[in-house]
Amino acid sequence: MAWFWKKKEGEERPTKVQIAEGLWVKCDSCKEIVYRAEVDRAGRVCPRCRYPFRISARERIASLVDEGSFEERDARLTARDPLEFKDTKKYTDRVKAAKKATGLEEAVLSGTARIGGHPLVLAAFEFGFMGGSMASVVGEKLTRAIELAIQKRIPLVIVSASGGARMQEGILSLMQMAKTAAALHRLAEERLPYISLLTDPTTGGVTASFAMLGDVIMAEPRALIGFAGPRVIAETIRQPLPEGFQRSEFLLQHGQLDLVVERRELRETLRRVLAFFAGPPSQPAP
Amino acid sequence: MPDELEFEKPILELENRIAEIRAAEGEAASRDAIGKLEERLRRLQQKVYGSLTAWQRAQLARHPKRPHALDLFRLLLTDFVELHGDRVFGDDMAIVGGLAGFEGEPVVVVGHQKGRDTRENIARNFGMPHPEGYRKALRLMQLAEKFGKPVITFIDTPGAYPGLGAEERGQAEAIARNLREMAGLRTPIISVVTGEGGSGGALAIGVANRVLMLEHAIYSVISPEGCAAILWGDASKAPEAARLMRTTAPDLQRLGIIDGVVPEPVGGAHRNWEEAAGNLRTALREHLRQLRPRSPGELVQDRYEKFRRIGVFDEPA
Ligand SMILES: [Zn+2]
Repeated sequence: MAWFWKKKEGEERPTKVQIAEGLWVKCDSCKEIVYRAEVDRAGRVCPRCRYPFRISARERIASLVDEGSFEERDARLTARDPLEFKDTKKYTDRVKAAKKATGLEEAVLSGTARIGGHPLVLAAFEFGFMGGSMASVVGEKLTRAIELAIQKRIPLVIVSASGGARMQEGILSLMQMAKTAAALHRLAEERLPYISLLTDPTTGGVTASFAMLGDVIMAEPRALIGFAGPRVIAETIRQPLPEGFQRSEFLLQHGQLDLVVERRELRETLRRVLAFFAGPPSQPAP
Repeated sequence: MPDELEFEKPILELENRIAEIRAAEGEAASRDAIGKLEERLRRLQQKVYGSLTAWQRAQLARHPKRPHALDLFRLLLTDFVELHGDRVFGDDMAIVGGLAGFEGEPVVVVGHQKGRDTRENIARNFGMPHPEGYRKALRLMQLAEKFGKPVITFIDTPGAYPGLGAEERGQAEAIARNLREMAGLRTPIISVVTGEGGSGGALAIGVANRVLMLEHAIYSVISPEGCAAILWGDASKAPEAARLMRTTAPDLQRLGIIDGVVPEPVGGAHRNWEEAAGNLRTALREHLRQLRPRSPGELVQDRYEKFRRIGVFDEPA
């Protein structure tokens, strides 16, 4: 494995300039400086420690679906400012900045796609948009996605990456948890499958609503998954948190997840699961 | 928290003076002086309680003498039989519930339970549930559905407990499951925010056909302290955060989240439990009367539509 940068005697570390120019990147997990081209070739996974880097919603969708099969829905939904919320910045300015930074209208992309030929409704979070937080637009887009899955009678896949409910829309954000969960009740009544894919990080009101309600719940390795944030927990219990606490492997061990899947295996795993649900029923559902 | 709130001090002082004069001089001898003081007291109360800030309401909602779930059960219900445990792991004392009669009708009741002193608060974990609490609540609500009885829930929690065990045992999943299952429950559900409606831990027993709030109750996506810590790195800015997030009953009514505000006695529910419970009884009676004739399917549909329409956004053509 000579292709990634190694700390050898006499070898020069990449300089700040080279990192800034984008030849090298620093891994969020092992903190090593790694060669960007290698990271990209591995599907944005650290060649040193195999940590899957956070990726954008568009990259995520492209990495999962049959090429060119994604058709976006509800793309124009955009936030208002129902509480006229202003802390150090106006909420409207934060939204504007997030749109500019991500090129997206909101923190989730949704639409129809195919994986291995299987049609599905797919929604993927953009963590770069205000930490993937859920407020009115995210809740509405997800609910419409669920309703679309019911209307088309096809499976639903949601890829989460979110810090939770968005404070700037207050109680309206909290209520999106109930709204999406209620829509999932309808999906379940219709006996349509829902696969929830949790990626780093999935916390707060997103975890405590649709994210933990999948018929199959899978996660990428080492993703932070939980309800309360680790900092708040550490402050509450006044002791250090155990190694690996609230990471995918920890949740798997505690029976909270069906499986942990490496990024390069995700498309194939989703295909198999979708194939299972698409197969002929061995007996009619009651 | 002290029993005496800072903004109430002038009122409490005046009340004490009136009581002292009455005790010292007798009712007849002091009628004139007392009459004037009582008039002043009324005006002062109107001024203070008529313009409460979001933070002052939060303090009333958290008042240690405020009636808690078990107090309200005792004042409102007959034949209460408490049922314990989630049948999986344990009995969470931060959520209580059981079988009872409300005005002659069998109901299932569930509520967060806070303590009144340190010992009680430790036992009740300050009203912050673990996953077992939500699972117990769901078990009781499903029992109600099975036997066609209405569900009444009382919400009063700072929020879910941020602890190791709560995370290990899947509090996110427990809350999420309650939201989904409550949405589909084929029986009437009425939820009342009686004190503090803190985040997911509150909503976990709040997916109802009717959501009411006591006049000084608060309901929010995150505690004012938590919000302030995130926005400014300073929990002491909670009063400002409470104002920004629109946490009060009038705010939530304006936003179309709740279906009614239950009036409290002057100065808050802690000043007169019987009066507070009486107002709550009237509201519960009326909403149950409206929901009773509906079929299970209509109740589920009604609840779906109630939450489905919540959200404010633009959708340019
Ligand atoms: Zn690494």
